[in-house]
Amino acid sequence: MSLLEVVGMRTEIETRTGRVRPVDDVTFRVEAGETLGLVGESGSGKTMTGMSIIRLLPPGGAVVGGSVRFDGVDLTTLDDDAVRRLRGNDIAMVSQDPMTSLNPTRTIGSQLREAYRIHRPSSRQEADRRAVEVLELVGMPRPRERLGAFPHELSGGMRQRVMIAIGLVCEPKLLIADEPTTALDVSIQAQILELLDDLKRRLSMAVVLITHDMGVIAGHADRVAVMYGGRIVEQAGTRALFADPQHRYTEALFESMPDLELDRQVDLATIPGTPPRLVGLGAMCRFAPRCRFAQDDCRSVDPALVEVTPDHEHACFHPRGTATVALEDPGRRRRTGERSDADAQTVLEVTDVHKRFGLRPKRLFGPKRAVHAVSGVTLQVRAGETLGIVGESGCGKTTIGRMLVGLERPTDGSISFEGQTFRGMGRLTFRRRRRDLQMMFQDSAAALDPRMSVAALVAEPLAAQQVGTRAERQATVAELLDAVGLPADAAGRYPHEFSGGQRQRIAMARALALGPKVVVADEPVSALDVSVQAQILNLMRSLQDRFGLTYVVISHDLSLLKYLADRIGVMYLGRLVELGTSEEVYAAPRHPYTAGLIASIPRPDPTRPRSPAVLGGELPSAVDPPSGCRFRTRCPLATQRCADELPLLLPDDGHHAVACHYPLTGSRPAGPHLDLQLQGTEQR
Amino acid sequence: MTFVLRRLGSAVPVVLGITLVAFLLIHAIPGDPATTILFGANASTEQIAALRTQLGLDRPLLTQYLDFLSQLIHGDLGTSYLTSNSVAHELLSRAPSTIVLAVAAIVVAVVVGVPLGLAAGARPGTVLDQVARGVSFLGVAIPYFFLALLLVLLLSVRLDWLPAIDDGTPKGLILPAVSLGWGYAAILTRLVRGRIIEEYRSEYVRSARARGCGEWRVLLAHALRNSSIPAITTIGLQFGNILTGAAITEVIFGRAGLGSFLATSISNKNIPVVQGAIVVIGIGYVLINLVVDLVVGAVDPRTRLAGAR
Amino acid sequence: MTVPLLAGARPAVRARGGLGRLVPVITVVFFLVLLLAPGLLSRTGPIDTTDAFLSPPSAGHWFGTDQLGRDVLSRTVFGARPVLAASLLGVVVAVVAGVALGVAAGTAPRWLNAVLMRVVDVLLALPVLLIALILIATAGSGVRSIVIALGVAFTPGFARVVESSVRKLRTAEYVQAAEVFGSTALRTSVRHLLPNLMTEVVVLASSAVGWAVLTASTLSFLGLGVQLPQPDWGSDLAAGATSLATSWWLATFPGLAITVTILLANFSGDQLMTLLDPREGVRLKQSLPRLLGRRPARAVHPGTTTDPVPTVEKEAAS
Repeated sequence: MSLLEVVGMRTEIETRTGRVRPVDDVTFRVEAGETLGLVGESGSGKTMTGMSIIRLLPPGGAVVGGSVRFDGVDLTTLDDDAVRRLRGNDIAMVSQDPMTSLNPTRTIGSQLREAYRIHRPSSRQEADRRAVEVLELVGMPRPRERLGAFPHELSGGMRQRVMIAIGLVCEPKLLIADEPTTALDVSIQAQILELLDDLKRRLSMAVVLITHDMGVIAGHADRVAVMYGGRIVEQAGTRALFADPQHRYTEALFESMPDLELDRQVDLATIPGTPPRLVGLGAMCRFAPRCRFAQDDCRSVDPALVEVTPDHEHACFHPRGTATVALEDPGRRRRTGERSDADAQTVLEVTDVHKRFGLRPKRLFGPKRAVHAVSGVTLQVRAGETLGIVGESGCGKTTIGRMLVGLERPTDGSISFEGQTFRGMGRLTFRRRRRDLQMMFQDSAAALDPRMSVAALVAEPLAAQQVGTRAERQATVAELLDAVGLPADAAGRYPHEFSGGQRQRIAMARALALGPKVVVADEPVSALDVSVQAQILNLMRSLQDRFGLTYVVISHDLSLLKYLADRIGVMYLGRLVELGTSEEVYAAPRHPYTAGLIASIPRPDPTRPRSPAVLGGELPSAVDPPSGCRFRTRCPLATQRCADELPLLLPDDGHHAVACHYPLTGSRPAGPHLDLQLQGTEQR
Repeated sequence: MTFVLRRLGSAVPVVLGITLVAFLLIHAIPGDPATTILFGANASTEQIAALRTQLGLDRPLLTQYLDFLSQLIHGDLGTSYLTSNSVAHELLSRAPSTIVLAVAAIVVAVVVGVPLGLAAGARPGTVLDQVARGVSFLGVAIPYFFLALLLVLLLSVRLDWLPAIDDGTPKGLILPAVSLGWGYAAILTRLVRGRIIEEYRSEYVRSARARGCGEWRVLLAHALRNSSIPAITTIGLQFGNILTGAAITEVIFGRAGLGSFLATSISNKNIPVVQGAIVVIGIGYVLINLVVDLVVGAVDPRTRLAGAR
Repeated sequence: MTVPLLAGARPAVRARGGLGRLVPVITVVFFLVLLLAPGLLSRTGPIDTTDAFLSPPSAGHWFGTDQLGRDVLSRTVFGARPVLAASLLGVVVAVVAGVALGVAAGTAPRWLNAVLMRVVDVLLALPVLLIALILIATAGSGVRSIVIALGVAFTPGFARVVESSVRKLRTAEYVQAAEVFGSTALRTSVRHLLPNLMTEVVVLASSAVGWAVLTASTLSFLGLGVQLPQPDWGSDLAAGATSLATSWWLATFPGLAITVTILLANFSGDQLMTLLDPREGVRLKQSLPRLLGRRPARAVHPGTTTDPVPTVEKEAAS
């Protein structure tokens, strides 16, 4: 008998716009000691499924059908108090954002104690002891001291460890992990996932791992259930699913993921449209509106989960592998034309730029403190290329992007555009030059004034720069909207009426209004679902070809940049540590950090042997960075020289440059055999 | 510690500003104080002029202000024109009863308003919530002096449960405290209710539930803590008004206190008293808010990081 | 009991459907009538004496008469003017001064901001009633003095809220986006800051009206408003207080009038707050039709469309 058996679960929520059914007839099981991955995009119902198991629903929500058997007992028949006793006790839940999941006004010690004493009556000392025990279990350094800390005093990774500790305090049999690493940096993500695996083994727990990331699933789940539109569309063992996906959605999902082996010249496969809203859907396959292979029966009958091979079920009338008449595959565009590299002109030049943000001194008359956001970065952006800048949080990449468009002034150093430095230009000249340097912001909702219509938003740059007459501007707006793939009637609507992907298109249209030469895109797709990401990336590329744009793309997502960028710069704590073509940087990383970063990326390939997380430790403070090479506190190859002497970015002739005293030989591919000595997860 | 110092630091200019206003305002009143003082005495012009010099009223304003300040620092609020007693003495002898009333009103506001807000916020949409919202709506709308009259009419005259005029006993405190405190109770109810509803939507409440916290625990150990901050802050901000409200309520209920004293002082153009009152009330307000900020800093550690407002 | 609790208050009542929507309209009409044409609501004049002294409410005099035989209904109706006029004007003054101060402080360099905010703090610390009393002693009683007192009382509250809003708005991404495409500071303020600010200010102002009425009537209760024999809610209430036990109608009706007015103002304010809730992303102009009952254009929700694939593909085909 499985530890958890969910059969036909249905959850409904009353909202102002109607009755939503985020979980619609969901069936799966989890055995003791195994990890079930529940994967899907936003709106697929995966989070609601997890919450429905322990009846943790928003107001107006209720589990209206099906059964949930845990350890033999049907949870749906229990009263609220009995379910409450299970929570945190036999079934624990860890959610996505550790920043908001902990009560900010109470110490973590008090929250740990509470989690324990609710279920196990005990004294404060006993609870403290257990708290320290559990913090050690999750790898928190100096646990006893941390009991008195407040959540905001800890880093993101530490907070997530605390959340996990809270979940484990009563030794649950089942852990529901809802996007446990999505809000974390890649290197920390790897650590946390490894921790979860480790804990699972030691405590013989079962885990339901809810995520949207196929790479995470491949590396850490034993079995997978794919969800779409509130339903499970396919369920199988991980290897079986990756080797032979059946459902058309799963197939499309795999095709649209920019993985590292992709041919850069070809556009990504996309899934057109967006995920459905879960209100008032009739009997049909939920994926049909977006499916190339949809037939009449798909649109009129609910497909049920059918087991085709042992332990591999799917709910598709015309799965992959059957000969189905499909709508014409639009085919993926292949880029034409040679794109010149080394002899292209330098369009933007960043010379030894520093940026420091002042902070209030800690003590009233203490020394001045500053955040060293960027410390001595030099690079050139060539006409027509796509330069990617990658790094984790706090590395300064966003600051560089803002300096490139003039939102921030460098504290030291200079930036020049087409030969003229920003400082050298007068105010008026600078304003005019701004036409050539535009930006796409990360948060499209925040970057578009909610009170302006789309037409006004897209036309605004023209109005601000006093270009053209009203009529001319309207015409340009119409052209641009068409170029980014938005319908003409979008012009009269307001940003909140659009989805994330569509808003990003609006942002693109606005960025292009002045006909810029360079567009800086700050995390252009990070907030979007995988299937929508591909649409936007393809759009960016086609616009680049059409208008001859130069891109500077800032992202934390290496796989994205490997696909999108010609050259990549890797940043760490304000410094550029590696710079080269994307093939070079990927295939043969020279800086240990880059290598570690690449190793930490979850790959959607279950057959790869799992290597331990390579980048241990935490990011040092940007206020007081380590001397010399800033990566030395986490680097397995560091020596005294690294602390004394600052490594420079060499060679500076435009070829694959690295800032390290002991660069990797880089002749081997970045596979499982990195020539790093593995050091486990010890911190320095 | 830095936090405390910073708060104190920003309080100093405010206090100075208050003294400046107090000083200037009085000198804006038409009518010469010396004339006023000697009003009934048929004094001659020379006598009035002599008094003016004696009171220092013919010196340049800046000098007068600096004198005023230095006196203040020594705790000397001046001398009442009418009784020749020190202003400090006059104010302090009458202050206690007003302050007692103000505090009693605050107690009423907190004891009634906060639990009502908690209950309403924890169960929005229920009958209790509707009642609480309705009552608080009404409470905010009805002027406290009107409420005082109605309460007196009902409970004193018709039912004779409580005394209409203050007789110095705790019983006599009830009606004034309730009429003044009711409106603030209503404000607190709305505020607390709104915050509780917000907190209930937050992630950490959901996590607390995921750990097995029951509804009571969630309300009291988690939501309450974060909701109490705006409540405390409000009380601080309204303190000046509560105090003046107390002064007015006193008059209605015939309590001897600052209220009637200040009223007569103003009509008598008894400048030092009025100046002293402004300074004392103003500084009292600043101090109270300082205390409030410190309390908030203790409850919510994040504010300590943010530094001064 | 005065300085309004600006910012942070949530609408306590979310009225359902059409009934709630009517109230603000009714309120506005009601206020206008009381201000401009009180004669419509009352047959007799407020200072006309009759022989019926101190008579309780009856068919002839719905609210009874006072010691000089004046009709209390008439006095109540006409007594609205000073209070309403003073309150509305006071709020207007406070809004103008508060917004100016708040915007100046919010866009000013750090040191100037500190100075201005200290000034605001000083204003906040001064007890309103005391200041009003002194102002009255200086400038004489009457509507004008009450307006000034209200202005002084409410400006700091507005200024504070506006200042923090401006500071937040300045760091908004869309404001920064405007900078990137070369919008001048002036243009950004006008096109972005001001409109977003205005919504918040309107909401605040509407909730301040209730408080203003409360304060104004308190002041006139203390004898600082219009003088007798002119009708005024506060002074009439005060006058009737002494004879409460015997002639309850003298004080009760003016008091009820104040209460009802504040209720209406607050309720309308809440309605406005709900309508302009930024979470709904609604603009001021868009709300007007909503207020009048028309539903906004259906928002397009991507994904519900079951259009055949080709149309949807077009989106991706670019």
